[in-house]
Parts: sequence; C-alpha cells; structure tokens
Amino acid sequence: MAERGEARRAALSRSARVDLLVVADMVEPNSRVLDVGCGDGTLLTLLAEERGVDARGVELSQQGVNDCVAKGLSVVQGDADTDLADYPDDAFDYVILSQTLQATRQPRKVLEHMLRIGRRAIVSFPNFGHWRVRVQAALLGRMPVTDCLAAPWYETPNIHLCTIRDFVALAHEIGAKTEHSIALDRYGRPMPINAPWRVWNLFGDQAVFCLSRKG
Amino acid sequence: MTIVPKQRALGQVEADTPHSLVVRFDSDRPLKMDAGCAFAPLSVAYQTYGALNAAKSNAILICHALTGDQHVANTHPVTGKPGWWQTMVGPGKPIDTDRYFVIAANVVGGCMGTTGPASTDPATGRAYGLDLPLVTIRDMVRAQAMLLDHLGIETLFSVIGGSMGGMQVLQWAASYPERVFSAMPIAAAAKHSSQNIAFHEVGRQAIMADPEWRNGRYLDEGTNPNKGLAVARMAAHITYLSEKALQRKFGRNYQDRAAPTFSFDADFQIENYLRYQGASFVDRFDANSYLYVTRACDYFDLAGDYGGSLAAAFKGTKTRFCVVSFTSDWLYPTSDSRAIVHALNAAAASVSFVEIQTDRGHDAFLLEVPEFFATTRGFLDAAARARGIAEH
Repeated sequence: MAERGEARRAALSRSARVDLLVVADMVEPNSRVLDVGCGDGTLLTLLAEERGVDARGVELSQQGVNDCVAKGLSVVQGDADTDLADYPDDAFDYVILSQTLQATRQPRKVLEHMLRIGRRAIVSFPNFGHWRVRVQAALLGRMPVTDCLAAPWYETPNIHLCTIRDFVALAHEIGAKTEHSIALDRYGRPMPINAPWRVWNLFGDQAVFCLSRKG
Repeated sequence: MTIVPKQRALGQVEADTPHSLVVRFDSDRPLKMDAGCAFAPLSVAYQTYGALNAAKSNAILICHALTGDQHVANTHPVTGKPGWWQTMVGPGKPIDTDRYFVIAANVVGGCMGTTGPASTDPATGRAYGLDLPLVTIRDMVRAQAMLLDHLGIETLFSVIGGSMGGMQVLQWAASYPERVFSAMPIAAAAKHSSQNIAFHEVGRQAIMADPEWRNGRYLDEGTNPNKGLAVARMAAHITYLSEKALQRKFGRNYQDRAAPTFSFDADFQIENYLRYQGASFVDRFDANSYLYVTRACDYFDLAGDYGGSLAAAFKGTKTRFCVVSFTSDWLYPTSDSRAIVHALNAAAASVSFVEIQTDRGHDAFLLEVPEFFATTRGFLDAAARARGIAEH
C-alpha cells in the first residue's frame, strides 16, 4: 500500500492536479472529510489510505460516482450549488472544493455552506490574475487559455473565475479566517510563503486556501 | 361444511403448496404484527442460491417488489418464465451466486407460499381472505428476520430490493441495524406519497367493484375477480413506465389494423399491451393478496415510527448504504431517494447515491441497465472487500 501511495503522489506531483497533494497535506489525520466535486475519488482515496480519514464525496457525473462506489468510497451524486444545503451543520472537520469553485453558479453561497457544514473549508482554484492570463486578455484581446484553464471560452465549465486577491476579498466578506494559504507556480512548486499578495497574484498559477469560521 | 371450489387457479395452489422451501412457525414462535396480534401458524416460502460460507458472512437477502416473489433467479413455477431478476442474480452476475449466498422470501400477505389471504386457515379449512390481519412492511421484515434466525444467519452481508423491496431494505436497516452490513434501497421511498396511495386505491376499488370478488370470499365460492384485478394491474402498469418509453414503444400505432374500427376494440397497440398485462397477471396473482400488499406500502412511513425524523431511524447506524434512483421514475422519483440520502447524511451514515439516466421509468430496476448493474457490482465488490469475503 505504501508503494502504491508513493507512486500516486509521484504521478500527482507531475500532473495539473498537484493541488490535491497540497490539499491533502492540510488535512489532519483521522478527521471527517467531505470532498465536493470529488471526480473519480483520487483525493478521497489518498486521504483514506494515507491519513485514515473518514472520507465522503459529492460528485455530479454518474461515471465519477460509479468509479468512487467501486472503490468503496461513500459518494453521493449531487451538485455543489443545490445539494450542500441538505447537509447538517458541523457534520465534517473539513469540506474540500478542489478546482470546482469557478464552475459553480453561486461561489459565495457554496463557500458559506462549506463553512457551515465543516469546521474548515479547503479550496483550490486557478488564479485568473496570473500574468499569462493578463497578457492574453490585455494585449492579445483574447479569452485566456492556460494549462489550468485549457478549454476555449465557448466550452469552458468555468463561469466564475477569480484572482487570488478576489478570493481573499470574498473570504473576508463572508467572515472567514485564512488558516493557511499556498500559491503554486506553473510547475506546481509552492511559491515563497512571505511573498506579498501581488506577487502570488501575478505569478501563482493556482492557489490553495484553508479557511475557518471567525470567532 | 367446508366448501371446496372445484377448480383453483395455479397461483392459488402455490399459496398452500409452493414450489419452494417452506419454514413454518407455530404458536410457540408467532409473528408479532403491527395490527396488534401474535399470528400463528406462519409459513414463509423462500428460495436460496449459492452457498453460505463457513463464517456465515456472505448472505444477501433480496426483498421483492409488490407483485414479485421469491423466484428471483429460477424459472417461475406458474408462468414458466425466467426469474424476475435473473439478469442481476446468478453465477458471475453483479449479485454473484458463486460468491454470495442469496436468500429471497415471499412476503407475508403474498400468494406464493408465505402466509397470505389465499392461504388456507387451519382453524376453518377455508382461505383466510380478509380475516388475515392487515400486514405492514415491518411485519414482512420481521418474518424475514425469523427466517434468518431459522437459517442460523446472524448478520446479512447485504439487503437489496427495489420499490416495495426497497422499503423493506430501509425497514431492515432501521429495525435491525446490527444485522445489516450493507443495504441497497433501489427506486424506493421512505414513505408512500399521496399520489402513491391514490393509485393503489384505484387498484383496490377496481377489485372490490368486481361482483366476483364476493366481499373477499371468492375462493370459497369458486369465483375470481379477474376483471377487477386485471384493471388494477393495467392502471398500476402505467405508473411503472415513463411517458417517453410508452411513446417510443407504442406511439399511436394501431394494433393489427390500418385504421380505427369505430368501436371499443383495442384499436391501439397500447390498449392491447395493457389488456395483455392485465390478463396474464390474474393467472399468477391473488386479488386479495393485491389488496394486502398495496395496503402495506400505503401504511409505510418510516419517519413516522421515529417521531417524524427519518434521520432518527438511522441514528448511529454502521451500515454502508447505496441508494439508487432512476431519472424517469415518477412513481418513486429521485426526490424520494434524495430524502433518504439527506436523512442518512444527517445521521452521519456511510452513504452513496446514484441517479441512473434512463427513460424506462420505475421498472428500470428490473431491466438490464448497464450503469445500474455497474453500480451494484462495484458497491458489493467494495463492501465484500471490507467484509473480508473471499473472491470466487
């Protein structure tokens, strides 16, 4: 199992989903986790096997749910925008939303539900403030296409893109406290922790935030 | 004097002498019924497939739907047709009888060998008819638990069922949580809706309006309310299909004719189909039994037994659940399944939920829908690993 775990980590660290490793490292062992938009259950499996986490998921696609169920994961077919309201308060230690916030219809509501359901919310998202994005929009006059945002504008599921600074502002607005935050460059490497926001916002390809309720 | 009818329908012969294994519980082990009585003697007719392992950890109970029975994966003794879930249950199938020991019992109130209104009351020598106490889903489950005790099986690896079978699955999980390792309620609901009750009432009234019903004593009098029962089945059958599937299959097509006949013949294919469904049903099902099983569904309201909170019914449960619904099922729609999932989540239960895309309506749970089969196989495989059941 340890070998398989290492191989998985190595594969993830080379992929566009390197954020999953960063997310996993933010989760305390043996906690209760809800992964919203859990896909084929990669993160849930990693958490269950490496951290002894009681891992649950929500996933929109039937294929994804079936993959998860076949792995023995408890996953509910559902939509982050409509179905989080069904979960009771304080049901989980962590509620995770990885690379999905930008595809929700009401990111603010989703975030508020996450902080209601879980003690902490962990969110990873592509940074729309990256200089490559800015250059494509400002100088070329085209909707940006990057590794993280690979689909053209007419096909992208990403309808609510934001920059790292936008996210920080939203977290502040809903009264959330940032416990942890990490920006990753385009090679998936963590950026210096003490760099000012504007550096993260310009050079961060994606970001991972761990939020908690204030007070 | 006992009146013995000259000719009994095949289905009613099954009620007393079924082509099944039968266990009889006498007055020393009565069935405690919700109607408030200790019922005895009780016969439970059942089928098994596969073999129980040494640890007795691989038993799966399959709960049948309204007019289903214990003949899940063998040729039906009355109709001669394949078992109702032969595509799902068998060697190498999703519910793999090479790996699991599968048990299926006829429900209390049924007519395939478990005590029901068509069974002979030993006290009178006549069929019980409406003298049988009203049966509930919980009574059905209690009788199944008695069967498991008889078989020496303490814990079920899984309880699986669709429609009314799914209600039994939910009742199992609520009544005997420590005896259920995993549970699959399919196309089910935790309570019968007003619309559900309404359709059932139409069916019951059709039966009772048939003069041959004779206030439920038709077996004594050698009659049979076939017309009423057939109409009940026709109305119910519509609710098992989707509008889209009906349209696709029959449209407005004429039955063996090029133009309407300006009569009340079955001009349309859909009419012919429903008449056939009704007519073939009466050969295998008892009219009073239909009254009892529909009533059992109507009374089902699991939350009602737990102070109105469905989550309370599952409090502290360790059972692994997989809830399944079908997009085009309007009889037990996805919202009913979501209510179950919601309650299970509130009870912090381990629950998966899949809504299967299909236009085949409520009956999809009986059909070979690939995504549904994949879900079932995946869920059971993963649960079997967790339970330490050896692969075949």
